[in-house]
Amino acid sequence: MCVAVPGKIVEINGSTAKVDVMNNTCDVNIKLVQAKIGDYVLIHAGCAIDVLSKDSAEEILWMFKELEEEVHDNSSADH
Amino acid sequence: MITLQQITRELKEYDGREIKIMEVCGTHTSSIFKNGIRSLISPKIKLISGPGCPVCVTPSVYVDKLVDISLKENHCVLTFGDMMKVKGNEHSLTEAAAIGGKVKVVYSPLDAVKIATEDANTQYVFAAVGFETTTPIYGILIDEIIKKQISNLKILTSLKTITPALTYICENEKNIDAFIAPGHVSVIIGCDAYKELAEKYHKPFVVAGFEGEHILAAVYEIFLQLKENKACMKNMYISAVSDKGNMQALSVINQYFEPKDDFWRGIGVIEKSSLRLKPEYFQYDAGSDFDEYKESPPKGCKCKEVILGRISPAECPLFAKQCTPLSAVGPCMVSAEGACGIWYKNRGRE
Repeated sequence: MCVAVPGKIVEINGSTAKVDVMNNTCDVNIKLVQAKIGDYVLIHAGCAIDVLSKDSAEEILWMFKELEEEVHDNSSADH
Repeated sequence: MITLQQITRELKEYDGREIKIMEVCGTHTSSIFKNGIRSLISPKIKLISGPGCPVCVTPSVYVDKLVDISLKENHCVLTFGDMMKVKGNEHSLTEAAAIGGKVKVVYSPLDAVKIATEDANTQYVFAAVGFETTTPIYGILIDEIIKKQISNLKILTSLKTITPALTYICENEKNIDAFIAPGHVSVIIGCDAYKELAEKYHKPFVVAGFEGEHILAAVYEIFLQLKENKACMKNMYISAVSDKGNMQALSVINQYFEPKDDFWRGIGVIEKSSLRLKPEYFQYDAGSDFDEYKESPPKGCKCKEVILGRISPAECPLFAKQCTPLSAVGPCMVSAEGACGIWYKNRGRE
């Protein structure tokens, strides 16, 4: 339930951040977390829901890569 | 310090009474397959899937309503992609789109703000489906609608909460011995949410991350607790999950939503198991209350038994025969997070 993916904040404009997720830059809402540039966040449905350590983010990323194929197969934003 | 080898040896060689552990998160189900966890543990330790996919438990009348809205003049439904193929009592949103319904797939509820602002002549309705992970994001959406005075955007909610469903399972499915609690829902609600359940029903609840080692460690923790006749909540995903959860997210949920009884497809009504907009925000609701929950499960479909952990997806007579992701009979085969869909993609690796 509720797939989320980690990414690194590279820029912050108000409540929106540019986040590097596996070398893709995404706009992410950061209203639910206290985050700064350089932090790793857990992103779900366009919104950061948690701040993670770098190690934790990297740990989760490998599994997300495995899931990527299935997510693309289903053209869905899992929730 | 115990090594991973010792853990796997102990779990592999176990030959006592059958232990049933339910994971209630589709991502855990996927990880169990990808890491071959079943092959690392004794066949006496069963890992079974529970009601962890919001799409799978969304009532068919809810889909019917979305279909009706999509077919109304100057209306458009906004939805995540995995809701598209789920059937209502007659049609899915994909079928509605094929007969002229207006449906747009988005990746975030917050995309709806831009879409609605750019097209003021269309009434947009967001299909707000999800568990507690997603609900605060719908709260932020309502916040944006109010602040930006957007008059052509509402939400239709089918927002489920996980602890009432776990309570239902503890009450009604006595043969489940323990639970691997969901990872990302727990980020929001915090691991303390499972303490009372663990104590009241005397079943271990372990919050786990998604790596193979994490799941194996969670299984081992459950194994040890059961061996010692203990039953407590243990958080083994401390890098992401805190005791109390994400307080900011919980505050957004509490600001806009309140608990209500709700219908779960395949299960029925579970007390206080959903979150609906509070009365003061009803103007942003597209009609989420239903008088009647008419359900006509597809003939032969065993999704109910799968959701409640009574059978594995492969035990359904339709599995991988009449029911496949390309031609799904039941909702659990439709979603990327559904147990049947995950089992189908990994068939042969059970």
